[in-house]
Amino acid sequence: MKGMTVIVRTIARWVKVFIFLYGCLITITGHLTPGGGFAGGVIIAASFILITLAYGKELALRQLPLRAAAGLDSVGALIFLVVALFGIGFGGIFFANWIQRRFPGGSFHLLSSGAIPVYNIAICLKVGASLFITFVIMSVLRIVVQKDGSFRMVQDEEEE
Amino acid sequence: MVYALCFVLFMIGLYCALTKKNVIKIVIGLGIMEYAVNLFLPLLGYRKNGTAPIMDRATDPLEFLATAVDPLPQALVLTSIVIGLGVTAMAIAICIRLYEKYGTYDITEMRRLRG
Amino acid sequence: MSILALPVMVALPLGFAFLIPIVARRAKAVADSLANIATLGLVAFAVLLLPVRGVYVIGGWKPPIGISWVLDGYGNLMLLVVAVVSFASTLYSVRYMERYTASHRYYSLFLLMVTGMNGVIITGDLFNLFVFLEIASISSYALVAFGCEQDELEASFKYLVLGSIGSTLVLLGIAFVYGATGYLNMASISQGLASAPRSPLLILAFVFFIVGFGIKAALVPFHPWLPDAHPSAPAPISAMLSGVLIKALGVYALTRVLFNVIGVSESLAIVLIAVGVLSMTVGVFLAVGQWDFKRLLAYHSISQMGYVILGIGMGGYILAVGGRVEVAALAMLGGIFHLANHAVFKSLLFLCSGSIEMATGTRQLKEMGGLGERMPVTRATCTIASLSIAGVPPLNGFWSKLIIIIAAFQASVDHPWFIALAAITIIVSFVTLISFLKVLRYAFLGALSQALQQVKESPALMCVALVILAVFCVGMGLLLVPPVRETVLEPAVRALMGGLGYAGAVNAAVAGL
Repeated sequence: MKGMTVIVRTIARWVKVFIFLYGCLITITGHLTPGGGFAGGVIIAASFILITLAYGKELALRQLPLRAAAGLDSVGALIFLVVALFGIGFGGIFFANWIQRRFPGGSFHLLSSGAIPVYNIAICLKVGASLFITFVIMSVLRIVVQKDGSFRMVQDEEEE
Repeated sequence: MVYALCFVLFMIGLYCALTKKNVIKIVIGLGIMEYAVNLFLPLLGYRKNGTAPIMDRATDPLEFLATAVDPLPQALVLTSIVIGLGVTAMAIAICIRLYEKYGTYDITEMRRLRG
Repeated sequence: MSILALPVMVALPLGFAFLIPIVARRAKAVADSLANIATLGLVAFAVLLLPVRGVYVIGGWKPPIGISWVLDGYGNLMLLVVAVVSFASTLYSVRYMERYTASHRYYSLFLLMVTGMNGVIITGDLFNLFVFLEIASISSYALVAFGCEQDELEASFKYLVLGSIGSTLVLLGIAFVYGATGYLNMASISQGLASAPRSPLLILAFVFFIVGFGIKAALVPFHPWLPDAHPSAPAPISAMLSGVLIKALGVYALTRVLFNVIGVSESLAIVLIAVGVLSMTVGVFLAVGQWDFKRLLAYHSISQMGYVILGIGMGGYILAVGGRVEVAALAMLGGIFHLANHAVFKSLLFLCSGSIEMATGTRQLKEMGGLGERMPVTRATCTIASLSIAGVPPLNGFWSKLIIIIAAFQASVDHPWFIALAAITIIVSFVTLISFLKVLRYAFLGALSQALQQVKESPALMCVALVILAVFCVGMGLLLVPPVRETVLEPAVRALMGGLGYAGAVNAAVAGL
């Protein structure tokens, strides 16, 4: 996948950090402001997809390899499940907010409402990794125009 | 009145999903249907002159309960949007593979299974 | 074993589904054993949870604010059926899926599908039902397309479009019901609906539920995806789809919503009976002319689902018009028993067809022949399953069909048009018998053709799975023996017949927490 012009590349290189930070902000304050895990995950995935579109797939994969993304994906889901299962051990019931009972924070503080920020972060990891993998995998096949004007679909290894 | 418009949107999506021949247009039709339901759900929680259901230190809980719109359908819609995303991603992936195997996006040409 | 073990049914397959891609990327044996451990654990927990009834509130938030998971007799039976069939399928797929790559993704999707089905069975909250319905459906769309051949992709796309329309209709129905009552909890909704007037919007919502769940259950006229999706999927997935998915997502959810939440009325019961009769006849007459083995089995699935809906619908109708309670209970017993039976023998039939396809490379009945002497285990189990579905005594299919016919005859004393239902049921049974005699004759009897001289029996693990299901086929007639019936089948019938009493029972259990 080839990538785009110099203007797009420069701006993308500068902006991707801010997009990533914004996604983290929306995730971490998910229990106080609108947003939460899913919205933050989508924004983080968008920062990586921006790099993929601007520079091409190879450079984006060097920054975040597919294996690492798939691992983050499963780890996010497992964190979610483990914290929910700990609710049985510490709180007596599935999904109980055991962190809230042990370390209660003040209202409207950042470190409050127990396990909900942990769930937000887990969902953010899962959604971000999933969306990035989906985008990269879908760009493996692309349509090229052959010499006689007909279309053909090629995998990424063959060039036209 | 707005509810009727959501229903009209749902019917447009259903028409598109049922009558179009291009596979991608069918997926778009499915998406329109799902968005119509996602639009319909938060409208159920509407309250006249209501405020957004976000609290901060300054809000009084009782007054909040009296004037805020219902936040439950908003949570339902978040879940539903994610589910719609999953279905759309899967559908597009299948469409890409269908083009690779059949060479066309036209469903009238994909009639290998019949009987 | 108390109700506190209920989250295991959802958390166990979910955890293993996300553990397998991390741990078993290279080693296929690790993925196989993890998946089989997960499903074996599910069978163990389903058996241990059989005598348990109760309500489990998630997170400690009591309904109507929180989500509650409810376990009653009907749910117990379905959990056991799903667990047994999924264990047999994972055992079978250890050797069958060697032809496909990426086995860790297969097991991950499979366990996600089982999670979704278990969630649908135990949930007591309508939107939670929708979420688990979607989890199971999306995993099954991906599994049908797993081999990425032309047929599989086309079938999966058709299944995806129709299934999505069904799910969206269910969500729209849930939205209408929420707008009318203001609750999402099934018990609270049923109390709210009992007091609310039946506006046209609510009737539209019930129609949406019937259509949406009917698409998932492949009832006629919502069936077109099934004859394409079930043959094209890999054999263990076909067994899961036809054996448990259309039951847990379609029939179970439909009957749960119609009987326990909305409350079955005479018109709703007539709709169920009409859909049942239509499915039975259309399915079996379209199946008779089929020469593709798996497509024939898929059409028979439609027909047998019609049996189940007919039995349950007859029971509902008799209850709604105030007829004799024992006749209604008999009809519902026949319907629910047939649900469990069909899960076992249809999945056995699909696994046998997978064995034959792996050995001979074809699904067309005309190209098989004389396989009986080379594949003895497959022939024996396939014969048992075919005789079960055709309704030959003393196998399990015979008992459930007999109960439905007897119930129809007994009810025809009060409602004379039930004689027609009994007659249609008997005719459809005969046509099913004809169809499966054709299958047995073409597949196993006759002379072994030249092209098939090298076939041998399937690998050992696949045969073990077939034998397990065949043992269930033979032994499930014993479920009618009164002591066993009290523990397994009677509570299920009582849960459905209780109808709107579900709400009272759930509220009492929650108040006691």
